[in-house]
Amino acid sequence: MDHTSPLETIFRRVALGVILVFFLFPIFWIVLMSFQTNEQILRIPPRVFFSPTLSNYKALISGELITTVGSLKLTFMHNLWNSFFLSTTSVLVALVLGVPAAYAFARFKFRLGEDIAFTLLSIRFAPPLLILLPLSLLFNEIGLSDTYIGLIWVYQLICLPLIVWIVRGYFEDISPDIEHAYRIDGHSWAQTFFRIAVPLARPGIAAAGLLSFIFAWNNFVFALILGSADKQPVTVGALAFVTAAGISYGQIAAAIVLSILPTLALALYAQRYLVEGLSLGAVKG
Amino acid sequence: MSTNALTISEVDKIYGTGSGSVHAVRDLTMEVAKGEIVALLGSSGCGKTSTLRMVAGFEDVSRGSISLAGRRIETLPPVRRNVAMAFEGYSLYPPLTVRDNIAFALKVARLSRSEVDGKVVGIARLLEIEDILDRYPGSISGGQQQRASLGRALIRQADLYLLDEPMGQLEPQLRAVLRGRIKHYIKERGLTAILVTHDQTEANALADRIAVMEGGVLQQFDTPAMLKERPVNLFTGTFVGEPPMNVFEAHVKGDDRQLSLTLADGFSLNYAADAFSHDVREELLKREKVVIGVRPYAVRRSAEGVPATVSTSQWLGDQTHIAADFGGHLLVLVEHDRTRLAAGEAINISIDPHNLHIFDLAGGTAISHGMELA
Ligand SMILES: Nc1ncnc2c1ncn2[C@@H]1O[C@H](COP(=O)(O)OP(=O)(O)O)[C@@H](O)[C@H]1O
Ligand SMILES: [Mg+2]
Repeated sequence: MDHTSPLETIFRRVALGVILVFFLFPIFWIVLMSFQTNEQILRIPPRVFFSPTLSNYKALISGELITTVGSLKLTFMHNLWNSFFLSTTSVLVALVLGVPAAYAFARFKFRLGEDIAFTLLSIRFAPPLLILLPLSLLFNEIGLSDTYIGLIWVYQLICLPLIVWIVRGYFEDISPDIEHAYRIDGHSWAQTFFRIAVPLARPGIAAAGLLSFIFAWNNFVFALILGSADKQPVTVGALAFVTAAGISYGQIAAAIVLSILPTLALALYAQRYLVEGLSLGAVKG
Repeated sequence: MSTNALTISEVDKIYGTGSGSVHAVRDLTMEVAKGEIVALLGSSGCGKTSTLRMVAGFEDVSRGSISLAGRRIETLPPVRRNVAMAFEGYSLYPPLTVRDNIAFALKVARLSRSEVDGKVVGIARLLEIEDILDRYPGSISGGQQQRASLGRALIRQADLYLLDEPMGQLEPQLRAVLRGRIKHYIKERGLTAILVTHDQTEANALADRIAVMEGGVLQQFDTPAMLKERPVNLFTGTFVGEPPMNVFEAHVKGDDRQLSLTLADGFSLNYAADAFSHDVREELLKREKVVIGVRPYAVRRSAEGVPATVSTSQWLGDQTHIAADFGGHLLVLVEHDRTRLAAGEAINISIDPHNLHIFDLAGGTAISHGMELA
């Protein structure tokens, strides 16, 4: 580190600054917007200084939007709850299914093992719209459309591949002999899995869980097609602000701020796990 | 029940299938008696670890059967085989202290806390790791981890103890001390153990019998003394013994009065016919060429011997190693006195017939050791 020239240091700082502004400015602008009324937002030219208002947040939380043509019911808080519920349950289900699967892929060589693992990953490459049409027909048929269970099931398409692939890399990094040593001392396969393998892979499991939570939270299209208003998460719920009386930018901004807060808090809290887990597990593969 | 603790019979191990497969162990048959310490000795990659892992149950046998304490075990899961194992890579459990790692092995034995503590401290004292019992595996040296892993294996009650290179990481002094203690510990309790090593000093010091392996094949399974005196083939002959046996190809000539082994023109070892038994002579004279072997400490310098030229001479503090050119071959001899010989000096070499090991040129199997047929 000592042999970087001052010029290089300056260049680095500037580059970092540019990147930060590029990525953070939209978020910063949205935060500002969320404290402004629609008139203030649409003012030309826009201003950075204004008298802040909490009306957007009040409307969201109370669930009543007052527009020029009257008052409108909002389900934002319910959407937020849906987001939380859908993401959490999906990740939990994916962990229960995915961690043992990842272990199997890492430890046992079985016929078609690699193919199954890859197919699972390739689900993430496929455009969701491609699967949506057959899926929505199927869900209508078996009565799963517009149910939490149906959505959680579909969310596995997002969460499972992530968890299987990240956690698999983690299991592969653990020397099988650590497990062997435990097994030879008189413990069963299951005890070894729960007491040795899972605890040792915990950072990877945490990272995979967090990451898939964020992905699930940000999902839009599955919930848009397969869920009705009262099952929809915030990403879809934000559409409600596009009303007959125009688009209420202030509330949209406030809704965005409220909906990114949980993932932001989670990511900041678990930054260490995320970096560790992703660089250790996934890269090695 | 027989007195055999372990019987491995006709076991093969093949990793993978098709062109990428590795035949790691070939047709291995060996028996280990109860209370015996057996060393698996061989160079790296010869199938020692694979053999242990099949006995422990971490690898399936590709063919053959394994019995332990009167039960067939080759299809049982590891937990039901009742063997203890110290792994080549230590395999300690990172989130536990050394103490807990060792005590872990006793969990299933359902002992009281104080009993467990006493045993752990006892084994730790034996292995000189008492002062690191409360450290974590990540913060101790490789040698300490290795001893912790050895302790975890030895502390248990098992029908068989499998020790995979248990002392490879230790400094020579400590190794020598621990060898003695571990042997005493095992013998005192009448335990049966298989020790994997590529260090013959260790094998000699610890084992009752040594199984020499090469290329997945068991070459010879015998006591350390027999391995030295009666190697069954050229491989064990040259592999066992330090410094290694000198070997030369030699032409055989003889009649009923004498027998000569000629290395090159003017370099002949001449013996009276009655230096060998009739059978040995007959076997040798059937062949034109043989391989002769002689241990470095059995080579003598004497006035009437065959001429050789000294190339180096080294005093090692307790013995002198002399390397000489002997009819175009390298010959090493060991003397217990401090001999001062300059490079290029002429010496004369003689080899007593009873120190000669003679091998078949083609297959390397032993024909004779001294005066007797192999
Ligand atoms: N899991 C495995 N898969 C494929 N080949 C293996 C495996 N384990 C060992 N081998 C091969 O089998 C041979 C014997 O290995 P090993 O038993 O570990 O030898 P040693 O312990 O004597 O050094 C080597 O050629 C090694 O590369
Ligand atoms: Mg090995």
